[in-house]
Amino acid sequence: MEIGVLALQGAFIEHRKKLESLGATVREVRLPEHLDGLDGLIIPGGESTTIGKLAVSYGLLDPLREFTRSKPTWGTCAGMIFLAKDIGGDRQPLLGVMDLTVNRNAFGRQIDSFEVNLDIAGIEGGPFPAIFIRAPVATSAGAGVDVLARLDDQSIVAARQGHLLATAFHPELSDDARIHRFFLDLAASVSTP
Amino acid sequence: MATNGHTNGHNTGETGTETVKRGLAQMLKGGVIMDVVTPEQAKVAEDAGAVAVMALERIPADIRAHGGVARMSDPDMIEGIMKAVTIPVMAKARIGHFVEAQILEAIGIDYVDESEVLTPADEEHHINKHKFKIPFVCGARNLGEALRRIAEGAAMIRTKGEAGTGDVVEAVRHARTLLGEIRRLTSLDEDEMFTFAKNIQAPYALVKETAELGRLPVVNFAAGGVATPADAALMMQLGVDGVFVGSGIFKSGDPAKRAKAIVEAVTHFNNPDVLAKVSRNLGEAMVGISVSSMTDQQKIAQRGW
Repeated sequence: MEIGVLALQGAFIEHRKKLESLGATVREVRLPEHLDGLDGLIIPGGESTTIGKLAVSYGLLDPLREFTRSKPTWGTCAGMIFLAKDIGGDRQPLLGVMDLTVNRNAFGRQIDSFEVNLDIAGIEGGPFPAIFIRAPVATSAGAGVDVLARLDDQSIVAARQGHLLATAFHPELSDDARIHRFFLDLAASVSTP
Repeated sequence: MATNGHTNGHNTGETGTETVKRGLAQMLKGGVIMDVVTPEQAKVAEDAGAVAVMALERIPADIRAHGGVARMSDPDMIEGIMKAVTIPVMAKARIGHFVEAQILEAIGIDYVDESEVLTPADEEHHINKHKFKIPFVCGARNLGEALRRIAEGAAMIRTKGEAGTGDVVEAVRHARTLLGEIRRLTSLDEDEMFTFAKNIQAPYALVKETAELGRLPVVNFAAGGVATPADAALMMQLGVDGVFVGSGIFKSGDPAKRAKAIVEAVTHFNNPDVLAKVSRNLGEAMVGISVSSMTDQQKIAQRGW
């Protein structure tokens, strides 16, 4: 199984290492042709404005939208913003394929970034060490979206819509590969129905 | 421990941890951080795809020309830039000037650069960066200097280069020195590592960690003299995680276009076809100063200990 990691900017090497430690083959995606034949894609954390602009400059928006119609795709932090349908007033390029309303930088500036142990539906073995860095949250989710984790204030920080997955935090920075394993299992179930 | 009220029934969220401080730098990787002196320039940088901006009153080329003592910028000016953009904002404090850093933390800056570009406030001690909840980036010319800064709590390193020159030669020298030392370190056996740590005047535990990782334990950008997309891609191919561009953008003929070209060059650093495309018709590059014509006294990279 070959998984792509969008490598325009951000923490793509951390995702690559996690996937490789689980036995997946990984390809870095910077141009549309790099998507050919992949079984799944991760859109990493980074600066969502930068990733969006670079995706537009190199004609990636439509190929990415097409890819996400049938192939498992997981966005972390900036990747969650990029997948969302609605981010309020901010103007930046979005794929708009996940029925989420996302609030960028929901917690404030870097000084408010935090770590917390999080219960996530579908992730067995106890709470997950979740790292939030200038993180977004989803304030609402459409009917087709399963909410997997919320904070105490009810904001949504992990969600699934069929073969699409979004986390507001950074599993690629945690010393815990359970969500990467979950995503590989999802990709395997889609590629061999 | 500091808390922010975000919990989900287990632990209270913890802010200001080493993981969180280093983590922001990890999100900046593969990106360009640009020096800006006004909110308008900050918007130009953000629109070009910068991952962060460095807010300062004078860019290094002007600090050089102006002379005198260079200090932390006016908080009001920094806040004006923080309001203008959604990307992270960094600001510089003088080496050893922990009160300037406290002020920057109080206004909620995302990253402090304890920078040799400003006039040092302490010629023996750097800031104890563990005391802060906001992360710090520090300059380094070699592995020993980088690991001493990390021991003091730096969450990100930038090789120094020679700021405000537009000459990439020192940026290359410092990146090659640091990355070359790491390559040599990984070939040593455990017994030899003790002497290596002593020779580069760095804590043994960090030397060992660097050897095991095969890289610095924190993100490492290049800085100091990057003026063209080719310069930026050169630094990336040498093995850094991203680049700072100071005077190179807003001292050039067409800052918006050059800024965007440098951002694209960092993403596609290994693709000469893209590099050829983005290098075209950028207008005049900054005039620059050749570092080989400078005396050691004129070099600001010498500052820091």
